[in-house]
Amino acid sequence: MELTGAEIIIQSLKAEGVEHVFGYPGGAVLHIYDAFYKQDDVQHILVRHEQGATHAADGYARSTGKPGVVLVTSGPGATNAVTGIATAYMDSIPMVVITGQVPKHLIGNDAFQEVDSVGITRPVVKHNFLIGDVKDIATVFKKAFYVATTGRPGPVVIDIPKDITAAKCEFHYPSEIKMRSYHPTVKGHIGQIKRATELILSAERPMLYTGGGVILSNASEQLTAFTQKLGYPITNTLMGLGAYPASDRQFLGMLGMHGTYEANMGMHHCDVLIAIGARFDDRVTGNLEKFCPHAKIIHIDVDPASISKNVKVDIPIVGEVSQVLDDFLKVLDSGNKEPNVSALEKWWAQIEEWRSQDCLKYDSASELVKPQYVIEQLHEITKGDAFVTSDVGQHQMWAAQYYGFNKPRRWINSGGLGTMGFGLPAAIGVQLAYPDETVVCITGEASIQMCIQELSTCKQYGLPVKIICLNNGYMGMVRQWQEFFYEKRYAMSYFDALPDFVALTESYGHSGIQIANPADVRGALEEALGRKDELVFLDFLTDKTENVYPMIPAGAGLNEMILV
Amino acid sequence: MRHIISILLENESGALSRVAGLFSARAYNIESLSVAPTDDPSLSRMTIVTTGTEEIIEQISKQLNKLIDVVKLIDMTSDVHIERELMLIKVSATDGERDEVKRLVDIFHGHVIDVTDTTYTIEITGNGEKLNAFMEALSSITVLEVVRSGLIGIGRGEKSSLS
Repeated sequence: MELTGAEIIIQSLKAEGVEHVFGYPGGAVLHIYDAFYKQDDVQHILVRHEQGATHAADGYARSTGKPGVVLVTSGPGATNAVTGIATAYMDSIPMVVITGQVPKHLIGNDAFQEVDSVGITRPVVKHNFLIGDVKDIATVFKKAFYVATTGRPGPVVIDIPKDITAAKCEFHYPSEIKMRSYHPTVKGHIGQIKRATELILSAERPMLYTGGGVILSNASEQLTAFTQKLGYPITNTLMGLGAYPASDRQFLGMLGMHGTYEANMGMHHCDVLIAIGARFDDRVTGNLEKFCPHAKIIHIDVDPASISKNVKVDIPIVGEVSQVLDDFLKVLDSGNKEPNVSALEKWWAQIEEWRSQDCLKYDSASELVKPQYVIEQLHEITKGDAFVTSDVGQHQMWAAQYYGFNKPRRWINSGGLGTMGFGLPAAIGVQLAYPDETVVCITGEASIQMCIQELSTCKQYGLPVKIICLNNGYMGMVRQWQEFFYEKRYAMSYFDALPDFVALTESYGHSGIQIANPADVRGALEEALGRKDELVFLDFLTDKTENVYPMIPAGAGLNEMILV
Repeated sequence: MRHIISILLENESGALSRVAGLFSARAYNIESLSVAPTDDPSLSRMTIVTTGTEEIIEQISKQLNKLIDVVKLIDMTSDVHIERELMLIKVSATDGERDEVKRLVDIFHGHVIDVTDTTYTIEITGNGEKLNAFMEALSSITVLEVVRSGLIGIGRGEKSSLS
């Protein structure tokens, strides 16, 4: 039987096991929406802005490991999606984005709602396709999902002209796909793994530095086993939090610009650095010339282009983190060499001395609501087990520093691109994937306003997200930089026309609570988290002058931190 | 250092812009770029001449290899290879100049491929150095227009980049 292009799209999504598509209709995708209307297999989630659709799909993907799927129309639909696509690209999140396009015969004519979507998205996708024939739809979808989810994952855009969604052909979904130009490396080179093992076991001051790649590769278990077998200290990047339990003694916290003293000092003084699924981002390394000056570096990554991109490494291992760590564990088990216990004892004593600085301490006796306190209380009440999304800025750093993630895929934030507006729509994707779990969006009064319209989506689908707004009346991170580096000239970082968030939330059909007193923090959190079926907006009026510490100024080395 | 990177890529619309876009987005240099379909019409051959430190060249190769449309990539620079570039050049050729230009063309094994009362159009192939030397030799002649194809290259011996 012949199907229309639109029906083939639905069938292809079904064949890929897609449960939710996040989207927004428009002229070029109306055939596809009509096909959605006639079936119940794939649920379409209507957002209020295409940026929200991409972030929601992204949140779904980060929390489940399955690809997020987006459907938007041509022109502004596609351009609005670009921020979300770039966000997913920077953090290597598997996503398939379907963009409508004007009919084939109009392409290039500056038609109504026409943009070159393939051209605009090219630098921020792993790959993209413009479909030219209805017969190609099924194969392109198969390729798109394959490319998005394998190797170093990433977003893939499929641009489909409207006439092709109306044309008909027979539907056969390919059961597998071969691409002569795409063969991601899976297994690490065993010789390199053995060489690396030698180096690891010879270390006197070892350090494990692991990132989002561990989570993407579902290698948390292997990482934990590997780390505990060695007894070495471990730090996670912002993207890697939760891959190793934060409550464990070997965990030194996050590293980098707002990392802990012990993690950054450990990095600076280590003699063997084992980098796993991390990409030596500038927010992690600080000044490259001062980075890990004493260390031999081992780097495990699925993407060969990540290796020696910023920092020259001594032993590169290209492969899936999970597989490489499996092999490492086998090599460690089969050998008879052990870590250097006496050197390690000395190293740990040094680390404990750094740790005793207690770099995350803050004024807990303050009469103002301290943002750190809010996060700590949230951690206690949820036992470190909630799904936490965040926006971008100070609140994001406090969440990363104080929540203490014990499980992977629980911490959902825009690390690479730093996209304000990410948190709330991302929480939508997470809550849809886990309807019975606690999903919290930690945000600020500036970030939340960038995608606030998605409160309406939450209402439509009954998503009981808990929004924790750390409202200090400033774009806090901008204000902090202006305080430190621009002699307190607070240019444009102050909001003097903030909405009444409680009233605003209520107007969307939800409820809100404003908290101005530290004594009310715990109660408000407990009450909100107790309302299992409701979205609650907690507007915490926090200390306006609080800064994120420690901080490494741009251009400094990891040992040159500003402590409180 | 100068490198010649030879790429086989899917002969599909957009493939060229993926490569060009990568170079501009990552601030890599392109000295020359030439591209045409191969004997297998589903594949294009692209030859890029680029410059950079060893680290940058390594990144260029890796980033190009990451593009889904790139089927095969060879950095020809370190292997024994032959380079060729085609140059078409239109010069003023009047009176006594005509013999002088013709002589130079012969010395450089070029051809005069179009003639008017006042001009010659010359075709010359060779590596970049030879073409530059020819241009220098023409220094006393008025050059009206120069068109260069960009460099292409092939490995010496029996080995093929397709194998």
